[in-house]
Amino acid sequence: MNYRAPPMDLLEYKGKQVLARYDVAQLPGREATTVDAAIAAAEEIGFPIVIKAQVKIGGRGKAGGIKIANTLDEVREHATHILGMDIRGHIVHELWLQLASAIVAEYYAAVVFDRSAKAPLVMLSTQGGMEIEQVAAEHPDALATLHVDPLVGFHPFHARRLAYEAGVDADVVRPVGDMLATLYEVFVGEDATLVEINPLVITPDREVAALDAKVTLDDNAMFRHPENATLDDSSAADPQEAMAKKRGLTYVKLDGDIGIFGNGAGLVMSTLDVVAHAGGAPANFLDAGGGAKAEAIATSVDVILGNPNVKAVLFNVFGGITRCDEVAKGIIEAYGMLKPSVPFVVRLDGTNDVAARKLLADANLPGVFPEATMDGAAARVVALAREHAA
Amino acid sequence: MSILVGEDTRLAVSGLTGREGSYHAMNNRRYGTSVVAGITPGKGGQDVEGVPVFNTFRQAAAATQANTAMIFVPPRFAADSILEAEDAGIATIIAITEGIPAHDELMVFNVLKRNPAVRLVGPNCPGVLSPGKANVGIIPAAFFKPGNVGVVSRSGTLTYQIGNELAQSGFGNSTIVGIGGDPVPGSSFVDIIALFEADPETELIVMSGEIGGSAEEEAAQYIAEHVSKPVVAYIAGLTAPPGKTMGHAGAIVSGSSGGGQAKIDALEAVGVRVGRTPTQVAQIAVEILRG
Repeated sequence: MNYRAPPMDLLEYKGKQVLARYDVAQLPGREATTVDAAIAAAEEIGFPIVIKAQVKIGGRGKAGGIKIANTLDEVREHATHILGMDIRGHIVHELWLQLASAIVAEYYAAVVFDRSAKAPLVMLSTQGGMEIEQVAAEHPDALATLHVDPLVGFHPFHARRLAYEAGVDADVVRPVGDMLATLYEVFVGEDATLVEINPLVITPDREVAALDAKVTLDDNAMFRHPENATLDDSSAADPQEAMAKKRGLTYVKLDGDIGIFGNGAGLVMSTLDVVAHAGGAPANFLDAGGGAKAEAIATSVDVILGNPNVKAVLFNVFGGITRCDEVAKGIIEAYGMLKPSVPFVVRLDGTNDVAARKLLADANLPGVFPEATMDGAAARVVALAREHAA
Repeated sequence: MSILVGEDTRLAVSGLTGREGSYHAMNNRRYGTSVVAGITPGKGGQDVEGVPVFNTFRQAAAATQANTAMIFVPPRFAADSILEAEDAGIATIIAITEGIPAHDELMVFNVLKRNPAVRLVGPNCPGVLSPGKANVGIIPAAFFKPGNVGVVSRSGTLTYQIGNELAQSGFGNSTIVGIGGDPVPGSSFVDIIALFEADPETELIVMSGEIGGSAEEEAAQYIAEHVSKPVVAYIAGLTAPPGKTMGHAGAIVSGSSGGGQAKIDALEAVGVRVGRTPTQVAQIAVEILRG
């Protein structure tokens, strides 16, 4: 079973906006992007108030990204400090301010898309407020889990079973169960792959409320949820990743110095491995997809070279739908247009590969090095990157 | 023999009247696949280069005895089309469509698992090719020839790469199956390896996996218990950083599960030889075949 949830996709407060549509009980709160807005939010909400950094990474509290304030001066102090903070590579641009009410218990509740079991997995624990992996490892009895048949759905008896198995306080079995049913409704209704509340709190009035929210939505289902399009904030993403996305390419920035261009996710992943195997470090993952034409290739090269760390670029293409001669034309075109200062290593196999190799030979570009095999191309690009760096 | 598609295949194509659907269906027909019908609601009675188009899968199946479906419709219509093919009694459904919502895949999987007579391959896959017999999907058939190596893969281009290296060494394939890179594939490695184990023509199985999920570990367990034929494996994405989606929705390493090294360890522990590069995979396969 996979307890580990996929990475957080929506910021906490945006996840909470989604939950609010389903009337999930929450404490009063507001988002703020400036210190002044944070003070205005505090004046409206009252004290004590929690100020939380909005970043898509866990461990915010430990990093100093979550603080309690009792006065406006403290709000100013904490907001000033947290805005702009770097939490493990994530810069804080937004805050969430929320009334800090008294809490008598912290639970954990989640619905996860369990791909191994091919079913949604609903989880409940009375040991909330800490990492669920830790609960699963240290107190497995405190974590109640249940796979739901998606054709049957989540029923009240499922909720009761989880609540009693987790050992929640008797008087809140019903509201906690209702909360689970609502979270399942959000999971299905919004095409989510994760809805996680940690902690789910019990207040002194025995009310159940979501204090935090991690919601991950399925990009592929966005056509069913046009209202959710605004929840995706690519502003926080890497600028090249954002540019690539706009141009319909799959690009992931990595830490190395060898630019990678390939077609097909599996072959590109394999290319990264083969480059690492040859002693190099890839600067990116870029999948130009099937049937890439010359223009798309020039665009891809532009994206790859936008990363200043790149010392050499490897083109590794197996032409199926993609025609190698189109790729060669694209490389020649991009080379002429962008006049790159780094060498290109090109390995093209498959559909129209002979014509492609002839095009490259005829163009006779000084910084373009054709290679016959994948392993040979990887060794060559690693050597060239080292030379270029020296 | 061969598995899933062959000389007996009678193919009905959902999305035949679309640009991509007709292009690839006609490629499949030129290869020798018997393409008997197209399905496009509202276009029944038309034809695409002589292939009759029907409004529903039921009409197509009744008129043409189609036994295999290829799904080539846009993602928002794909789940519906797969279920329609199953409802019409089509036994083998090959879904090429990429980008189907995860919840749709989940629903389809759970409906189809109640019908053991049906096998879904994909979605988000390149299809199935039995060289010399039939091609259903977008696999470039020119690179492959008939032989005794069965290939099952989560990735298209990587399959072509490995298949091409095998072909250059003189070895061909019984069948090449792309199971696709989505989180909820209709067929797993285990499903396809079981078919290869039972196929007398297949002498060696190559499986090409990648990071994410636990399908490779499940395959290792199955191989240990049920497979007598040699299996050679490859795992892509060994050096991918955790938490990043690498193009395939399924290829994401989260936490301790789905890592490449764990998959390699699981496979090697049951005697499966794992190549570190696609070239090595072909070399190991050739070594075993030459005995």
